[in-house]
Amino acid sequence: MPGPAFQSVFALLRPAALIAGLLTAGAAGADQAIEDLVTTDRLDNGMEVVIIEDHRAPVVVHMLWYRAGSADERPGVSGVAHFLEHLLFQGTRTMAPGELSRVVAENGGTDNAFTSYDQTAYYQRVAADRLGLMMQMEADRMVNLQLGEEEIRTEREVIIEERNMRTENDPGALMREQARAAQYLNHRYGVPIIGWRHEMVGLDLDAALDYYQTYYAPNNAVLIVAGDVQPDAVLALAREHYGPLPPNPDLKPRMRPQEPPQTAARRMVFEDARVSQPYLTRSYLAPERDPGAQEKAAALVLLAEILGGGQTSVLNEKLQFDQKIAVYAGASYGDTSLDDTTFSLVLVPAEGVSLEVAEDAMDAALAEFMATGVDPAQLARIKRQIEASRIYARDNVERLANRYGRALTSGLTLEDIHAWPGVLAAVTEDDILAVAQEVFDDKASVTSWLIRPQEVTQ
Amino acid sequence: MKALVHALIACVMVAAPAHAEIDIQQVTTPGGFTAWLVEEPSIPIVALELRFKGGGALDAPGKRGVTNLMVGLLEEGTGEMDARAFARATEDLAASFGYGTYDDTVSVSAKFLTDTTEQAMALLRGVIVEPAFNQVAIDRVKAQVLSGIASDETDPNKIAGRTFDKLAFGDHPYGSSLNGTRESVSALTREDIVAAHGAVFARDRVFISAVGDINAEDLARLLDTLLGDLPATGAPLPGRADFALEGGLTVVPFDTPQSVVLFGHQGLERDDPDFMAAYVLNEIFGGSGLTSRLMQEVREKRGLTYGVYTYLVPKDHAEMIMGSVASAGNRVAETVEVIRAEWAQLAQEGVTAEELAAAKTYLTGAYPLRFDGNGPIANILIGMQMDGLGPEYVVERNALVEALTLDEINRVARAVMRPEDLHFVVVGQPEGLETGATQ
Repeated sequence: MPGPAFQSVFALLRPAALIAGLLTAGAAGADQAIEDLVTTDRLDNGMEVVIIEDHRAPVVVHMLWYRAGSADERPGVSGVAHFLEHLLFQGTRTMAPGELSRVVAENGGTDNAFTSYDQTAYYQRVAADRLGLMMQMEADRMVNLQLGEEEIRTEREVIIEERNMRTENDPGALMREQARAAQYLNHRYGVPIIGWRHEMVGLDLDAALDYYQTYYAPNNAVLIVAGDVQPDAVLALAREHYGPLPPNPDLKPRMRPQEPPQTAARRMVFEDARVSQPYLTRSYLAPERDPGAQEKAAALVLLAEILGGGQTSVLNEKLQFDQKIAVYAGASYGDTSLDDTTFSLVLVPAEGVSLEVAEDAMDAALAEFMATGVDPAQLARIKRQIEASRIYARDNVERLANRYGRALTSGLTLEDIHAWPGVLAAVTEDDILAVAQEVFDDKASVTSWLIRPQEVTQ
Repeated sequence: MKALVHALIACVMVAAPAHAEIDIQQVTTPGGFTAWLVEEPSIPIVALELRFKGGGALDAPGKRGVTNLMVGLLEEGTGEMDARAFARATEDLAASFGYGTYDDTVSVSAKFLTDTTEQAMALLRGVIVEPAFNQVAIDRVKAQVLSGIASDETDPNKIAGRTFDKLAFGDHPYGSSLNGTRESVSALTREDIVAAHGAVFARDRVFISAVGDINAEDLARLLDTLLGDLPATGAPLPGRADFALEGGLTVVPFDTPQSVVLFGHQGLERDDPDFMAAYVLNEIFGGSGLTSRLMQEVREKRGLTYGVYTYLVPKDHAEMIMGSVASAGNRVAETVEVIRAEWAQLAQEGVTAEELAAAKTYLTGAYPLRFDGNGPIANILIGMQMDGLGPEYVVERNALVEALTLDEINRVARAVMRPEDLHFVVVGQPEGLETGATQ
C-alpha cells in the first residue's frame, strides 16, 4: 500500500513451501555471484554504504536505513518512531510538506518508508540517472526537518486511522498484540510498532524531535543503492550529498532492557465477537542471529521449515493430512533481530475440533517429532531449496537490498550476511533437535486462543 | 521445429540505456499456441505465465465457488502422485508453482531453474492436464475453503465487497464472491469439480508468456507437450452483467471501530478509445501515492484516513470506476462528504494543466521501471495479450500518454465521473450516515 507504512511482523497464513525469503546473500565458496555484485564502503562521517549492481533494467532503488526502530523509543511515547517516519514527509527548511513525494513522482519514481522494531527505512525507486536528486532530498530530511503544529495534528490523526485499519478492525491483530506484550515483559519488543493508542493520542512535536535528534545521523545510518549503477559513481554522489552531514558524537550503543528468564507458561484467551474462524498461536522466546554466532539461528530457520513449511512439513503431515484435526498449521521464526526473537506456531483447527483438542494434538505432534528426529530426506529437500534461492534472489534486487538493510541494522555485519548461506548449509539433524530441545520449553511459552465469546464453554 | 514463426520486435524503451532493451518474440508453436517470449540468459531461471480466460464467472448456476475449489485442488495430486508426493517432487526441483482464480481468469505461474526445465514442465503438465481430484483431497481443501469463507463473513472489507457486488450485479456471477458460500461449497461434488476443470482449461482460452533462460524452440516444444492434450474449447463465457446500482449510500451495520467504505459507479471498457484518458484522470484523482487529489484532501489536509484510492475496473462483462477508504465511525460521514464533493468537482471542472503535466511525467517515467525482473516482465506481457495489445505497445505506450490533451482529459472527466450515480457502501458504525438515495 502506498504512503508511509509500517511493517507487520507476523503473517498468520503464510504461503506454503516457499523458502525463498530465508536467504540473505550468496555463500562463500560454491556461489560467489551475489557477493560479486556487492560493493561496500564507509563515509568519513561514519555512514555505511552498500551498493548492489543489477544492470538488467535502468532502475535504481535508493534506501536509507536508520539503526533505530520502535524498540529504541523512550517509555511513554510508543509509536513515536513510526510517527516520525510519517513526519519526514511533511517538509524541511527548504521543502514544503509533501514536496519530496511530489518531486519523486514528477521524476517517474515511487517512494515509501517503513518502521520496524529495530530499524526505520526510507526508499525511492526511480530511473538510475535521478539517484543524485534522491540523495540530495534524503540527506536534507536527515537533518533539516521543519514541522508546524498543523502537520503534527493532521498526521497524528492519520496514524490513529492507520492503527484502526491494521489493528483495531482486526481481532487477530489485537490478539497478536496482546500475545507479544505477554511474551516480552521487559523488552520494548512487547510494545506495538504503531504504538499503544492511549500514548499515540498524546504524541507531539517534542517527542518526535527528541527521537529525531537522538537517532537520525549519518553515523547511525546505512545507505543501500541497488540497481543499474556503477559503484564509483554512487560513492562520489554519496560523498557529495551525505558526506557533509555531521555525525552525532553522543550516539550511544544500542543497549535495550533485556528479558528475564521466563519461569511460568503464559496463556490467554482473546474473545472478540468478530471472530468467525478460531485459531491458536504458541510462541517461545528464541535466540536470534548474532554477529559471528549464527549457528543456532540457522538451525531454528530449518526447524521452522521442517515443522511448518508447507504441505510436507511435520505439523501439516500429522495434523492436516493424517489426523485431519487442522485446516492449516504453520511455524515461523524471525532470524534477523537485534535482541531475543520468537519462534511461533499457529494452528487453525478443523470444523468441530475444539482449540483444546487442537492444542493437545499439536503438543503430541511436537513430542513425537522430538522422539523421532529429523527426516534426512526432508532436510535434504529444504537445503536444496536454500541453494536454489541463491539463484532466484538475483532476479529481485530490491528484495536483496532489503535483506542487506535489515541485517545491517539488526546488529549483523557484511561478513555475517555473506557467511549465512554457508552456516545454513552446515546445519545437521542433531543441531536442529538440540535447538528444538532448548527452545520448546513449556515454562517459556505463550499460548493464545482467539475465539468468539459464546464459544467459551465450561 | 521449422514451423516456428518468429516475429522479432526490438523494443527500445524511453530513457533506457541500450542494455535494457527488451526483445519480445512472438512464438507460434507447431501445435498452434502463441506465446510471447523475452530471452534473459543472465540468470539460469525461467518465469512462465499462463492465463486461461474465464475464471470464477464460469461457475455453473448453483455451483458457486467450484472454479475456485477446483484451482485449489490442482496441486493435490496428479497421476500416480498424491498431494504430498507432488509437494516433495516440487521441492526436489526447487521450483514454485502458483495458481489464482479471478472473476474472468485463472492464472498459473511457474518459476524454475533452467536445468530442471524438463522435469518442472512435466510436473506442471500433470497439474493442468491430469489432476487427480481424489475425494480425500477434495474434503481437505473444501474444509480450507470453508474456513476462509467463515473468516470472510466477519471481515469488514469482505463484507463491503460482497455488499457492493450484490447490489451492483445481483444474480450474475459478479454479484457474489467467487469463493462461494458455506452452502454452495459444501454441496460441491467431484463431478462438479471435474466439469469445472474442463470448463476452464482449454486450448482456445490460454495466453502464454515466458521470460528467462529459455529459447524459442525449446519453449515451443515444451508448450505443445504442456498444453497439447487439453480440450479444444472451454465452456461458453457468461453474458454481460448489468450494473443495477444507483446513486446513494448503503450502511451495513457491523460492530467495529473503523468504517470501511467502497464506492463507485459504471466505468468504461478496456478497449474504449477514452480508456487511456480515463486512466490518467484516475491517476490524478485517486491513483497511487500521496500526491493524488483524494489523498491530499482526505488524508493530508484533514487526517481522515490512512489511505484513499480509486481505480478503473474493466472486467470482461462489466466496467466500473471504484474507490475505497476507511475512517473511524465518527469521522466517516465527513470522509464521504469530501469524496462526493471532489467527485462532483472533477466532473464539473476537470483537472488543471499542471496536474496533467505532473501525471504525464510520473506515468511515462515510471513505465520503464516496471520491467525489472523476469516475473514482472512476464506479467506485463501476459496482461498486454489479454488486453488485446500488440508487442509494439511497449514502445508506443508513453507516446499515447504524452499525446493526451487537457481538453480531451476534461471531456472524459465530464463523461466518466457521474456524481449523481456514485454509490457508497459503508460497513461499520458510521455516525450520521443512513442507507438511502443520493442526497
